[in-house]
Amino acid sequence: MKYMDEFRDPATAKKLVAEIHKLASTSLSQREPLQIMEFCGGHTHTLFKYGIESMLPDNIEMVHGPGCPVCVLPMARVDDCVAIAEQPGVIFTTFGDAMRVPGTRKSLLQAKADGCDVRMVYSPMDALAIARKNPEREVVFFALGFETTMPSTALTLLQAHREGLQNFSLFCNHITTPATMRAILTDPDLRLDGFLAPGHVSMVIGAHPYDFVTRDYHKPLVITGFEPLDILQALWMLVKQFAEGRCEVENQYARIVPEAGNVAGLKAIAEVYETREHSEFRGLGNIGDAGIQIREAYAAYDAEKKLGLPFDFAQGAVGYDPEHLKCADVLRGVMKPWECPAFAKTCNPQNPLGALMVSPEGSCAAYYAYGKLAKRKETV
Amino acid sequence: MCLGIPGQITELVDLEFLVAKVDIGGVKRDVIITCVVDDEHPAESCIGDWVLVHAGFAMSRLDEEEAARTLALLAELGDMQAEMEIMRQVGASA
Repeated sequence: MKYMDEFRDPATAKKLVAEIHKLASTSLSQREPLQIMEFCGGHTHTLFKYGIESMLPDNIEMVHGPGCPVCVLPMARVDDCVAIAEQPGVIFTTFGDAMRVPGTRKSLLQAKADGCDVRMVYSPMDALAIARKNPEREVVFFALGFETTMPSTALTLLQAHREGLQNFSLFCNHITTPATMRAILTDPDLRLDGFLAPGHVSMVIGAHPYDFVTRDYHKPLVITGFEPLDILQALWMLVKQFAEGRCEVENQYARIVPEAGNVAGLKAIAEVYETREHSEFRGLGNIGDAGIQIREAYAAYDAEKKLGLPFDFAQGAVGYDPEHLKCADVLRGVMKPWECPAFAKTCNPQNPLGALMVSPEGSCAAYYAYGKLAKRKETV
Repeated sequence: MCLGIPGQITELVDLEFLVAKVDIGGVKRDVIITCVVDDEHPAESCIGDWVLVHAGFAMSRLDEEEAARTLALLAELGDMQAEMEIMRQVGASA
C-alpha cells in the first residue's frame, strides 16, 4: 500500500511521543494515571508489536479491551458449533481463528480430527461456493464477530437467498460494539477515562453510534487506525481532549472511516439481522441487546432454526469456563494476563486453554508473543 | 479477525454480482465490491481504486487525500508545537 511505510515512520513517532509526554506532564492534573481502553484486539496487537506502551508517560495506562470476536466467545458456543458439525451431512465452515478455541468437550479442530467435516474458509462467500458444489449436504457458516464482519455474512446470506440455495445457513453469533461498550462502562470494577475505538467496526457503523459514550458517560473517544502512528496520534488527540477539558467523539481514521459509516453494509445488516434479547459473552456475562439474530424472513438460512439445535439462546447460554482460568477478568481489563495462574504455564499458544491465547488479537497471545510473561518484564 | 488489508482493484470480473479482481500485496483475488459501489462510484469506475478488503469483501474506499493530510499533520506536529511554544514564550516576555 502506498502509505504503509509513512504510517510507521520512526522519526514522526518520536515527535508524537514527545508531544504526548509534554501534554501529559503539563496538563494532566489527575493523581491516578489515566486509564485508556483500546477496545479492539487489533490495537492491542499494534501496541505490543511496536512497544508503544513502554513509550508512554507513567500517568497514561492502557487497558486492553474485549474487542476480539473469538475471545468473547463462551465455551458453550464452541460446544454448539461442535454439536452442529457432528450432525450427519453437515459441512461446518469457519474463519481460522475459531477452529482452535477450546470448548468443554473439544475444539472444532479436534472435531475435524475426529472425523467431522470442518473446513476453514477465508470468506463467507467461500462457504457459499462449497454449498453450491455440495447440494446434498447442509453447509453451515459460523457467523461471528463485531460489525466489521456483519455486512459480509449478511450479503452472503442475501446472495444465497437470491440464488434460491436450500443447503446454506448461518450459525449467527455476531455482537454489536456499542452495547458491549455500554456493558463495560457500567462495570463497577472498571475505572476508565477514555476509549480508543475500533477502526474497522467504525468503518461500518460510522462515528455517531459512540455519541452515548461522551454524552451519557463523559468519556472522550477517538476512532483509531491500526498503524503505530495511528495509535500514537489517537492517544495524542485523546490526551489533548483531557488537557483542554473537552469530551468528544473524534475520528483519527478518516481515510477509512466515513462519519456515516458504510451505507450499503448497514443496509444489508438491517435487512438480515435484528437484536437478540439475551446474549452471553465470555467475561461479560449476559448483555442485553448486544447479540444479533437472523430475522424471521430469513429463517430458512438460520442454522439454529433449521437444524433444531440443542441449546436455547433465549434463556442465555451458560458459559461454564473453568474457574482456574481468569479469562473473564483479563477480558474485562481488571487483571493482567501474567496474573492468571495458567498463563504461559498450562495455557500457551501451542496449547491454548482460553480463547485469549488463541487469536493473535487476544491479549494473552499478545503478551506471550512479545515476551511479557510477568510484571517485572513488562516494566523493563 | 477485524483487520482488513488494503488492495487495488485491477479488473471487473462480474458486473451483475459486483465481483472484482483485487491486487492484495501481489496476490490477486476475487472480491465482492457491493459495499464500495454507489451512484457516485459506479462499478465501472472502480478500476485503480484502493479499497480495504476484509474476508473477501471490499469494505471501504481508501481516501488517499485524507491519508496524505493525516501524514502531513503528523509530520508537522512536532515543528508546529515547537513553534507555538516559542511564540508563547516570546509573547509572555514581550
